[in-house]
Amino acid sequence: MDLPEQDTFPKLLVRNAEALGDKVALREKEFGIWQSFTWRQYCDRVRDFALGLVNLGMRPGDKIAIIGDNRPEWVFAELAAQSNGGAAIGLYQDSNLNEVAYVIDHCDAAFVVAEDQEQVDKVLDMIPKLPKVKHVIYTDPRGLRNYRHPALLSFEQVSAQGRAFDEANPDYWLQGVRRGRGEDLALICYTSGTTGFPKGAMLSFQNLLTMALSLNQVDRKLEKDEFVSFLPLAWIGEQMMSLATALAIGFTVNFPEEPETAMENIREIGPHVMFAPPRIWENLASSVQVKVMDATPLKRLLYRTLMPVGYKLADLNFKKESVPLQWRVAYWLARAGLFRALKDRLGLSRVRSGSTGGAALGPDVFRFFHGIGVPLKQIYGQTEISGISCIHRDGDIRFHTVGLPIPGTEVKVSETGEILSRSPSVFSGYYKNDEATAETLRGGWLHSGDAGHLSEEGHLVVIDRLKDVLRLSDGTQFSPQFIENRLKFSPYIKEAVVIGKDRPFLSALICIDMAIAGKWAEKRKISYTTYTDLSSKPEVYELLAKEVDVVNETLPVAARVRKFVLLYKELDADDEELTRTRKVRRRFVEERYASIISALYGDEPEVKIDTTIRFQDGRTSRINATLRVRSLNVEAR
Amino acid sequence: MAQLVVNDVLLQFGGVTALDRVSFQVEPGKIHAIIGPNGAGKTSMLNCISGVVRPQRGSIIFDRWELNKLSAHARTRLGLARTFQNIALFKGMTVLDNLLIGRHCHQRSGILRGGLYWGWGQREEIAQRKIVEDIIDFLEIQSIRKKVVGTLAYGLQKRVELARALALEPKLLLLDEPMAGMNAEEKEDMARFILDINQDRNVTILMIEHDMGVVMDLSHRICVLNFGELIADGVPDEVQRNSFVQMAYLGQDTASPETARA
Repeated sequence: MDLPEQDTFPKLLVRNAEALGDKVALREKEFGIWQSFTWRQYCDRVRDFALGLVNLGMRPGDKIAIIGDNRPEWVFAELAAQSNGGAAIGLYQDSNLNEVAYVIDHCDAAFVVAEDQEQVDKVLDMIPKLPKVKHVIYTDPRGLRNYRHPALLSFEQVSAQGRAFDEANPDYWLQGVRRGRGEDLALICYTSGTTGFPKGAMLSFQNLLTMALSLNQVDRKLEKDEFVSFLPLAWIGEQMMSLATALAIGFTVNFPEEPETAMENIREIGPHVMFAPPRIWENLASSVQVKVMDATPLKRLLYRTLMPVGYKLADLNFKKESVPLQWRVAYWLARAGLFRALKDRLGLSRVRSGSTGGAALGPDVFRFFHGIGVPLKQIYGQTEISGISCIHRDGDIRFHTVGLPIPGTEVKVSETGEILSRSPSVFSGYYKNDEATAETLRGGWLHSGDAGHLSEEGHLVVIDRLKDVLRLSDGTQFSPQFIENRLKFSPYIKEAVVIGKDRPFLSALICIDMAIAGKWAEKRKISYTTYTDLSSKPEVYELLAKEVDVVNETLPVAARVRKFVLLYKELDADDEELTRTRKVRRRFVEERYASIISALYGDEPEVKIDTTIRFQDGRTSRINATLRVRSLNVEAR
Repeated sequence: MAQLVVNDVLLQFGGVTALDRVSFQVEPGKIHAIIGPNGAGKTSMLNCISGVVRPQRGSIIFDRWELNKLSAHARTRLGLARTFQNIALFKGMTVLDNLLIGRHCHQRSGILRGGLYWGWGQREEIAQRKIVEDIIDFLEIQSIRKKVVGTLAYGLQKRVELARALALEPKLLLLDEPMAGMNAEEKEDMARFILDINQDRNVTILMIEHDMGVVMDLSHRICVLNFGELIADGVPDEVQRNSFVQMAYLGQDTASPETARA
């Protein structure tokens, strides 16, 4: 695939500023109103900040670490770094002190752009361990009035210095932009990694832009499209959309007012393009189920009668069968009576390109969205291949697959069953980790660590992480993640970890959804105090046993969950049980709850827990509880 | 010069003396705390300042104005605002409407001009909304802007009440137990907001609070009341070392203020 003449992000920015000028490039909701930046203003802000950095002594090749919520300043800082010949590193906003210090130090960042007091505190707390950091630049001055650290500067100050520099040296910035080349390092993306320390994947402009443009060939985005950027910009998926694709296509990127208002803001914008990990789609689907529970009887009746029409049509479409006339009429009615209103409530009325990636999405959620008319597609890829290698094509959607490779990408399955891929978007290596690079890029192919196979139609089927795949007694491969996703479709289940590798049968650790299970309990006048208390209620156990039974019905007998416990706390990224992108870190979970797991495989009906949990503010609390082990009858009925 | 001078204030309800000739001063730009055991007269003190009750004796001077001669609403115009121990919001209205009501004392259009809306009324409404939105941003309550107050969690309602007090654009903010009933995380947030209000918005704060950790960390100066009497007045360190204060908190009544100071 040939790259356009503008082969770097800053060059594309300059092109857009000239060609699109006064079209809105970015929007941010602030003070209750959507404030916009045109492409020209976008370019000016980037230039000012870039020259401010030059004025502070930034040299080509310097790295800038950025930490904070999704805001225009995030992308200004990233493009500024890149236009000076440097690279950007994004940090997850909820990273703790050690994670922040590790990444900033490992990537050799000379500058850190931190959004607010919270993030500045993290960096300044660790500054003695960060000798390479020259300046910490904040964007929100709130609460920082009395900070007197010599390294601390405000974004506005730096930009003002940049403006003065520009007046003294016109064209300086543009020359720097022109010197950039497609193969330059644009981004070091630290992968959250389900094991060990994060690794920094080095991605060039070429990697990112070929990916964006190849994807666009099979999943069209248009210049007039709206997109809402609400997932961490440190994540490759958000980089791909809000930076690479937005710059290449020229659509508008909208930043929510606050992370908590994201869903409300999505509804206000009505995006055409939406890319989100399964968690978001699952939450949307279960929010509908919960709201229906509370709705008036008429609405409940409408939902119960019309939703199956959507499911029926979705199933026909998945099978690529023609839709009989009576079903067309029924669907038309269902759309008028339910789906249109539902889509509007979710903010999905205009979604033309909706996709999910990062992990597998349960088939039930898939059917739900196709049922109400949101054309959801599964995407598959890794950070190391700039985000994407496969996607469903329009009209060719099978929810057990992740679709076909995008143009320019080859995908094959190795003899050990591992998914391998090759494309111009494959990264050049991990920063300062040649050993891991060589390991991942053996024989010129990117080794994903995922187990999978290709279906007859050439679709890629992803089973699970290679090391987690289960072999059932009859030899078929089975994925714990698949069962977990089925379980998580239950609104009462927030997180589930299925265990069974090298064990006689499958069992599950389940975290209830406090809000929804709590509401259920209130309705039945079951009183409870804390999460631990609620999750140990016999009634809640019975409720969850029924939910697990429903899932078991759909699984082969050997792959059914025979025992489960309800955990006394939610899995949390701060306890290293989840990655920052909220994937379960199976090894950590299995280690941490070893005593519970051994009870699941012993004959004990309950297990005593005596542990301490640490809160974010450093306080600890001792938990002393008895967890019941619930056995289920899984024989065919 | 002190911003608030409380001089020889005596407040009695029948035979009960709630405040017994209390005198203290609040310097501008400071965070000033009033502490003391239950029933010590802390809330009565705030009530005297904000105009809920009128003391029988003594004077309260705020920015050269004698408050005792003014009605409660006249005091808000001078730049006084308060929050209450048990939240006093309009529970059936949205957060936004509650805050806009807080702007009432600064609105100039009457029924006619406001009712006609177009022109003057609209301009004023936009100006008021801007100020309110600035406060919403400051206290990070964007996500509940349009929620009905009664449906919110207690900690959030406390924050909304603080927002409404801020909407008055006060020079002196009276807070009655801003942290009561909050969990650790909510307290931490509230402490940060109080500091930010004091520093970034330049508002003097006079607060009643029971959480000693919070009081000692935040306050520049502390007054201690016990049975309506002012028994100590000083910087946190002094107050903490004051043996009479310790006794009052431990519930012993053997010592008198004179012996404690000696």
